[in-house]
Amino acid sequence: MKGMTIIVKKTTQLIAGIIFLYGIYIIIHGHLTPGGGFAGGVILAGSFILLILANGSDFLNLVREESGSTLYENLSILVFLLLALTGLLAGAHVFFANWLPHGTPGTLVSAGFLPLYNIFVGIEVAASILTIFLALIIFKEEVLR
Amino acid sequence: MELAISIIVGFMILGAIYAIHAKDILSAVITGGIVGYSLVICFLLLKAPDLAIVQIVVETITLILMVAVVLDSSRTEAYSKLDTQGWVTAGTAVLILLILFWFMKTASAPLDHFGQGSLRMADAYINGAVEKTGSTNLVTGVVFDFRGYDTLGEATVLVTAVLGVLTILRIKGKK
Amino acid sequence: MIVYLLCFILFLTGLYGVITRRNLIKIAISLSIMEFSSFLFLALIGYVDGGVVPIVDMADPVKTYVDPLPQALVLTAIVIGLATTAMLMAVIIRIYRKYGTFDIREINKLRG
Repeated sequence: MKGMTIIVKKTTQLIAGIIFLYGIYIIIHGHLTPGGGFAGGVILAGSFILLILANGSDFLNLVREESGSTLYENLSILVFLLLALTGLLAGAHVFFANWLPHGTPGTLVSAGFLPLYNIFVGIEVAASILTIFLALIIFKEEVLR
Repeated sequence: MELAISIIVGFMILGAIYAIHAKDILSAVITGGIVGYSLVICFLLLKAPDLAIVQIVVETITLILMVAVVLDSSRTEAYSKLDTQGWVTAGTAVLILLILFWFMKTASAPLDHFGQGSLRMADAYINGAVEKTGSTNLVTGVVFDFRGYDTLGEATVLVTAVLGVLTILRIKGKK
Repeated sequence: MIVYLLCFILFLTGLYGVITRRNLIKIAISLSIMEFSSFLFLALIGYVDGGVVPIVDMADPVKTYVDPLPQALVLTAIVIGLATTAMLMAVIIRIYRKYGTFDIREINKLRG
């Protein structure tokens, strides 16, 4: 697909990094401020969609990008499931137990497993939305050929 | 508070009625997006900033998807005259809607007044939540610790939806 | 109580759109409006007069908080609504490529 004019390209090159950083901030501080894994994941996907829409890509780059994003999505949901299964081995011997030490409430390193769950759900949601978007664009390009 | 939310929901109803009857499909899609953004203001008035952040970004992504679909195909609705089948459908729909509205009014009579907090489980979730989960954000504590199974199910639904989209949009012929 | 009734009227407007419209994109928009009304109803139930945002401030911890349980349910539901809308759009694109129209009365003839 074609890209846009040079003003749009330069502006998105400046802004996309800030949006990516903002998404990571919302994910990591999910247990202290409003936000969490789902909101941060969608913001991360938004920064990638912005870059693809502004710069355009040819067909082979898009196919390679899609195989990368499906890999990230499936890997992160698998790691989420494995982290939840470790609750059966340690701590209270139930599924989904929060057995890491809780720490001081209100600091960044606290609440046991919750920041880890937030990070992996955030990666999974970002990769899902990017895959849906790429599937639609690849369908449009394949029909035009 | 009740007056402010009632006015905003009134605007949402007007926007919804326009989105259903618009002749240009692009206008209908954008008005549907405006209804979603008004919901963000309602969430902020109801003291739920988590929901406001998620709703605003999800509504933006939905708008991008729908506008891409509409611009790629036809943009006008080529038929707007009601024939006999259309009048029968509309009449049946209005009848069903009136009956459903009466049922909903009867079902919501035992609810407490707006602002009383009708749920009994709130105290069990709020008292001692900071010691049990360790997080100061109560909604994240409920989503990932007290009700972690729901989050697991939701992640699975997302993966399944992506699988469905990838299956539907494939044009690989049989060689 | 009038807020609850207005929320129901929004739901019924979306239901009217799903029943009577002939264009597939308008059916998708009406389904989305029905989902918004159910999110709003769940968030309205949990509100407490004089409550604050459910984030505990460690310096002043004893207050009345708004109920966090319906907010957690709506958080899950919003993302599932996005997945449903994306899948519906994929089906609609496929139907348009095959039949060339969005009208639901034209697409019930088997072709191919």
